[in-house]
Amino acid sequence: MTTEPDSSADDAEPRGVASATDPAPAPLATTTSKARVGIADLIFKNLTRTAGIGLLVLIAAIAAFLVLRATDALSANTGNFFGTQEWFPNQTPPKFGVAATLFGTVVTAFIAMVLAVPVSVGIALFITVYAPRQLASVLGYIVDLLAAVPSVVYGLWGLIVLAPHMKGTQLWLNDVLGWIPLFDADSVGRSFFVAGVVLAIMILPIVAALSREVFLQVPNAHREAALALGATRWEMIRTAVLPYGRPGVISASMLGLGRAMGETIAVALVLPASFKISAHWLEPAGNTIAANVANGWGEANDIGRGALIASGLVLFVVTMVVNIIARAIIARRRDFSGSSA
Amino acid sequence: MSTATVPEPAVAGEDRLNLRGAALPRWAPLALAAGSVALSLLIYFVTPVDSEIQIVLMAAVLFLISMTVVSTVVEGSRRARDRFATTLVYTAFLLAVIPLVAVLVSVISKGAKRFDADFFTHSMNGIGARDAGGGIYHAIIGTVEQVLLASLMAVPFGLLVAIYLVEYGRGRISRVISFFVDVLTGLPSIIAGLFVLAFWVLALGFGFSGFAGSLALVVLMIPTVVRSSEEMLKLVPNELREAGYALGVPQWRTILRVVVPTALPGIVTGVMLAVARVAGETAPVLLTVFGTNLINSNPFSGEQSSLPLYIYSQAGQPQQFAIDRAWAAALALIIIIMLLNLIARLFAGRNRLK
Repeated sequence: MTTEPDSSADDAEPRGVASATDPAPAPLATTTSKARVGIADLIFKNLTRTAGIGLLVLIAAIAAFLVLRATDALSANTGNFFGTQEWFPNQTPPKFGVAATLFGTVVTAFIAMVLAVPVSVGIALFITVYAPRQLASVLGYIVDLLAAVPSVVYGLWGLIVLAPHMKGTQLWLNDVLGWIPLFDADSVGRSFFVAGVVLAIMILPIVAALSREVFLQVPNAHREAALALGATRWEMIRTAVLPYGRPGVISASMLGLGRAMGETIAVALVLPASFKISAHWLEPAGNTIAANVANGWGEANDIGRGALIASGLVLFVVTMVVNIIARAIIARRRDFSGSSA
Repeated sequence: MSTATVPEPAVAGEDRLNLRGAALPRWAPLALAAGSVALSLLIYFVTPVDSEIQIVLMAAVLFLISMTVVSTVVEGSRRARDRFATTLVYTAFLLAVIPLVAVLVSVISKGAKRFDADFFTHSMNGIGARDAGGGIYHAIIGTVEQVLLASLMAVPFGLLVAIYLVEYGRGRISRVISFFVDVLTGLPSIIAGLFVLAFWVLALGFGFSGFAGSLALVVLMIPTVVRSSEEMLKLVPNELREAGYALGVPQWRTILRVVVPTALPGIVTGVMLAVARVAGETAPVLLTVFGTNLINSNPFSGEQSSLPLYIYSQAGQPQQFAIDRAWAAALALIIIIMLLNLIARLFAGRNRLK
């Protein structure tokens, strides 16, 4: 193995949240002696490389098997897979489509992001900038713990505690904002809105915990420089903390979005599982891809399982696209962030 | 609003040139907060508005508006903007803390009802949704076995990938691997379940088992383990590697005897956090383990149960006995996960590498 002198360029690739903002990753040891590489070295290197390639094989296998199992069901489908709102894969002839569930997935994830991301950034700023040091470490710890609470617990809470309490708020939204079609409802209940709020509460600690770590990495010199120039605390945040942390916050939000779109159990417990594209987000209706899989797979026959796997494939592709976009944003922002001090 | 209009602070040595401008007294935010709360309470009692959530939101909005207006009048627009942001951050924090604490409080208070020795030593054998009694013994066995098996597979694999990325990985292939680790990180957990269902259960025909569940958990654990190990390996100072090479130690021995041991505490922490995460996963387990009311201690054949699955199946029943069981199981699961987190923290705290 020879060393490439310009290989440090590869280190510019963002790797996860923490290192995405790492200004200058230390160049790593690449210098194996050119003379002779021992057999054991070769074996070990290839072992690790095989593991790495194994990971690629795993992803390929996920895609391949989902496609494989989906094709039978898709070819038997008498509806339009992307256009049909109904979901009757178990009857003959089967008729199903992801239109309604995909819509539900996007809507609930959208509501969750709108509610959770600003609040998470607020929490992260509070912990890193505003709170006294002692309190900050305790709070950071608590947020980390909350991020570890399993989603099924949030789902249970959303179903039994939150959903009844949300009734008044939903009625009020309907009263005040009812002239907007989104908030117009004949009756309110376990709606997209409630599911979105549960998802928001669920991804809040995750996004907050990751954003906090990013803000902690802002060099003190940047912050002190802003304050020394007479900036108020908010101006310091705007000019020093946010620009530095932006890529990390974006990638944290994308992770949250991925969680929100893929969240199964909480949504399955909250939404009433109806297959309908509804623009009235306060009415008790709707379903998401993931929740539909959890609810529907118990009674599914062969075609039914294939249909569920096909809808899972759609979710897989959507989350992958989201991830790719996020990475592109982060890579572009890095060039302009000027944080290479 | 100019900041330099008020001419005289009288106290000697305190801002004689009026560099700071007029400022609100310290008690002003508190007073405004109290006023906002009082006003929204008034609205709560006088008008037909009857949702607690609304009242809290209303108090927050009132405080935000009054604070900004008062500050703009007294202190000028720059300070006002700062006050606005501060208020926003504080209210965001408080608003977020309320539901999060509410989750914990409900789980603890409602879970305590069935949280007794009986609950931990019995399975659900012969217990219907309408019956009292029943327990999580079978679910705990399932969770422990599935998570252990998953860790045994995911940790060595993830560590090897991390070593490749940090120590050897250069050029296109490592970049591709790094990218797909990110893709796996964002993979919805139910997709992992569907994959194992399609591959192991349906295509290979092995049927539902605890092992199938742990395969799905492996898919979810790998990216977490890779990422955290990668970060830790990167923190190992290069001098240690160079010292190894300078002594003529081959690279693989340097990695295994010097680099990995140095990073080990951090790696252990990452692994514990990954374990804590997958222990609470429901969706993949639902599709691959199937769930049962009976005790099955063999993860390689037959359906098993697991704690998250148990919570899900009990929460879906309308009877109060089942719901009580769900809360108690949720409490048990949270305690297990918190313990794993605490252990990981202690590990990280004691041997912080930096």
